[in-house]
Amino acid sequence: MDGEELTEQETALYDRQIRVWGANAQRRLTKSHILVSGIKGTVAEFCKNIVLAGVGSVTLMDDSLVNEEALNANFLIPPDENAYRGKTVAEICCDSLKDFNPMVLVSVEKGDLSARSTEFFEKFDVVVIGYGSLATKKAVNEKCRKLSKRVAFYTVDCRDSCGEIFVDLQDYKYTKKKLEEKVECELNFPSFQEAVSVPWKPIPRRTAKLYFAMRVIEVFEENEGRKHGECSLLDLPTVLEIKKKLCEANSVSESLVPDSLLERLISGTIEFPPACAIVGGILAQEVIKAVSGKGEPLKNFFYYDAQDGKGVMEDISNSFTS
Amino acid sequence: MDTQQQQQQQSFIQGAKVLMVGAGGIGCELLKTLALSGFQDIHIIDMDTIEVSNLNRQFLFRRSHVGQSKAKVARDAVLRFRPHINIRSYHANVKNPEFDVDFFKQFDVVLNGLDNLDARRHVNRLCLAADVPLVESGTTGFLGQVTVHVKGKTECYECQTKPAPKTYPVCTITSTPTKFVHCIVWAKDLLFAKLFGDKNQDNDLNVRANNAASSSKETEDVFERAEDEDIDQYGRKIYDHVFGYNIEAALSNEETWKNRTRPRPIYSKEVLPESLSQQNGTTQNCSATDDDSTVSAMPLLGLKNPQELWGLTQNSLVFIEALKLFFAKRKKEIGHLTFDKDDQLAVEFVTAAANIRAESFGIPLHSLFEAKGIAGNIVHAVATTNAIVAGLIVIEAIKVLKKDADKYRMTYCLEHPSRKMLLMPVEPFEPNPACYVCSKTPLVLEINTQKSKLRDLVDKIVTAKLGMNLPLIMHGASLLYEVGDDLDDIMVANYNANLEKSLSELPSPVINGSILTVEDLQQELSCKINVKHREEFDEEKEPEGMVLSGWTQSPATNGESASTSNNENEKAVDVTESSSGPEMASKKRRLSETQPENDKKETENVESDDDEIMEIENPVMVSKKKKRVE
Repeated sequence: MDGEELTEQETALYDRQIRVWGANAQRRLTKSHILVSGIKGTVAEFCKNIVLAGVGSVTLMDDSLVNEEALNANFLIPPDENAYRGKTVAEICCDSLKDFNPMVLVSVEKGDLSARSTEFFEKFDVVVIGYGSLATKKAVNEKCRKLSKRVAFYTVDCRDSCGEIFVDLQDYKYTKKKLEEKVECELNFPSFQEAVSVPWKPIPRRTAKLYFAMRVIEVFEENEGRKHGECSLLDLPTVLEIKKKLCEANSVSESLVPDSLLERLISGTIEFPPACAIVGGILAQEVIKAVSGKGEPLKNFFYYDAQDGKGVMEDISNSFTS
Repeated sequence: MDTQQQQQQQSFIQGAKVLMVGAGGIGCELLKTLALSGFQDIHIIDMDTIEVSNLNRQFLFRRSHVGQSKAKVARDAVLRFRPHINIRSYHANVKNPEFDVDFFKQFDVVLNGLDNLDARRHVNRLCLAADVPLVESGTTGFLGQVTVHVKGKTECYECQTKPAPKTYPVCTITSTPTKFVHCIVWAKDLLFAKLFGDKNQDNDLNVRANNAASSSKETEDVFERAEDEDIDQYGRKIYDHVFGYNIEAALSNEETWKNRTRPRPIYSKEVLPESLSQQNGTTQNCSATDDDSTVSAMPLLGLKNPQELWGLTQNSLVFIEALKLFFAKRKKEIGHLTFDKDDQLAVEFVTAAANIRAESFGIPLHSLFEAKGIAGNIVHAVATTNAIVAGLIVIEAIKVLKKDADKYRMTYCLEHPSRKMLLMPVEPFEPNPACYVCSKTPLVLEINTQKSKLRDLVDKIVTAKLGMNLPLIMHGASLLYEVGDDLDDIMVANYNANLEKSLSELPSPVINGSILTVEDLQQELSCKINVKHREEFDEEKEPEGMVLSGWTQSPATNGESASTSNNENEKAVDVTESSSGPEMASKKRRLSETQPENDKKETENVESDDDEIMEIENPVMVSKKKKRVE
């Protein structure tokens, strides 16, 4: 049934969350279409969350074959080799996710995300890239921005027990209630390209170190032609070289990016399940907010590090230089 | 963390025996994350069965599981993706005697995913008695928190006072309501209980059809329905009595209304024209023996949307129709019913009754959806917060197993960033030396020893405030009262007799200066109470007629934050409680940058234009509601 009102079944199922964000927000959720590319632990958590929330559809893209490693931190894949042999990660996850909420359309899209045309993305309200390469993230973000329809864009990356989320909602208008009055607000999000190319010198000292560390790793993987997570401690010397060059180019001290952090990120490519749950949860909350139009969105980076236990929002754009 | 440290951590995890209490919202996420993280020996206790409204977040359950044990189904679901680990499920109440100190002693850490204060306190005491670390947690909507409690090193769960569930003075409910929640309590605990509940229960509702002019006239209980009395007529009689006559009677007392807005009496004939009873032939024609537990008044009246606000007429129609349906279709249950939020007809009746009363007193009306939330103490909940909290719990659990005491943190999950932080870790406090649970501080009880009975002490203090299950009360060497299976009849009779005596009349008289010892053997908790006699108590401020004190109040418990915290279904209590406040010298926590702001103080509600929904907080915390009235 596809009327304007929520069905009786939907109202009963979503009762507890309707009490959080309201029936109108729930209606908007049920009409939304989410594209998800790159499925490992954190993204599996994210998908579980948005399916439970009752989005309209989830389209999964991940052609990697299921293997032992994929089983780690991904509870959507049953450990039965007979069941998963020869199937892609997206295919297996699709079956599991449908189970969580039969009212959500979950499907698989094969192929390379970066090869898709701009029109392809128009079908979606939200695009989430998990564990993507620098090139892919840039290309897809650009395509999303070209569309006249506003497509919300997110990237997520979890290494060791750390996580990074990037948000681009372009020009986002919403109303805020301040002291019994309604105030119109607008946020302008920088593109992914801009956000990762911000000169380091003007960025406030107390900004999460993970921002800089992730940029170093991004450059390393691009330079060396590596896939996401395809690195180890043996690469440390190369990574530190890149860090040195970047710091020099930006006229900042090397202490800005602790070596120990870089070491953690390149040697701990296996995700830490509790961090997956945390980062996947935060990401889902953000997507739900953007789709429902309720709640002040995170702008524009989120970092989590299990070692210090902090989950911080960082607002990084070229405005520092002005 | 290098490879060696990683391996060491893994071995701590793999060798750990973990107890989870609760297999609901947090429990499902927690069990999943524990299993993925390498835990191999998990026990899980939960007394509940699965309901449809759980399915939006308790993802281990399916529609086909409704009615089954949460603990068992959760276990089966997780074994599907981690078949070789050991999960033992208990479909039982954690307060059962089988879960004694010895039971708790077998675990390396206990992880709570509970939804009520009572059970949390119980588990806290058992963990202290067994000397097992406890990781506590709670969520409400987008807010969440995780805390660590290790005996001797950190505060126990009860070191900071957790406000008891809010109760309202009887007169506010029966005579002078000012908020919608007062009307709900009246409709639910008085009217509904009187009409459909146990007839032998005490009830404060005025049921006499007294003619004020002649008090000697024979009084009859208006609520008694004559054998063949027409249901519609009976309904109107009740309506007129509670909304008309009782209000007029109340108005006759000038004193009450000197500084208050007067209510207006409402009679059925002014709201519902007579002819309607003929139109609603549907219920009249039904056989009185029909038994249908899914009947509902709304469809019969053409009302479809539970979020819609009904006017006085519609509420009145629902009132009469619901009442009729109870008598026509559920007659057998009348006299035995208690309000159940999942009983659609009961919810309709209570909503209508509360709204009519609200109309009478000039209080804004509410939709069925909102009323149900308040009457049913429904806690709003989403999957994401539970998932985040579960991740945080596992992280703390691992620290506890490694005995990494310096790294223990209380972590708050906020809705709006505070100093850029959405997840805010704070160092735990040291134990409160004045905590009566973990530090054995004596308490002080002010009470009228001549008027108050032992029963009052047991009910209001020992059970309610101190949270003891199986109490034992001693005065010196004299055993005044105890509960247990092994008592003989003489002892039981003796204790029952004691209950009815005032304190000063007990075999071992309890008077000013007496010291009582109160114990719960299962919880291994023992308290000393210093009794102080006091003659008078303020009816409004001290409705119980006694005051218990002696432990240090949590620094941030001012009126504001206390009221945003908890109740029966309390969740993120401490999000506001641990905010700003004077630091005690003994507290370890550094004030530095880790002060969570009081979220609730900011009313930055981001909503779109046409949205009417307010955040329905815990029903008893109505004062914090930010509702826009239409």
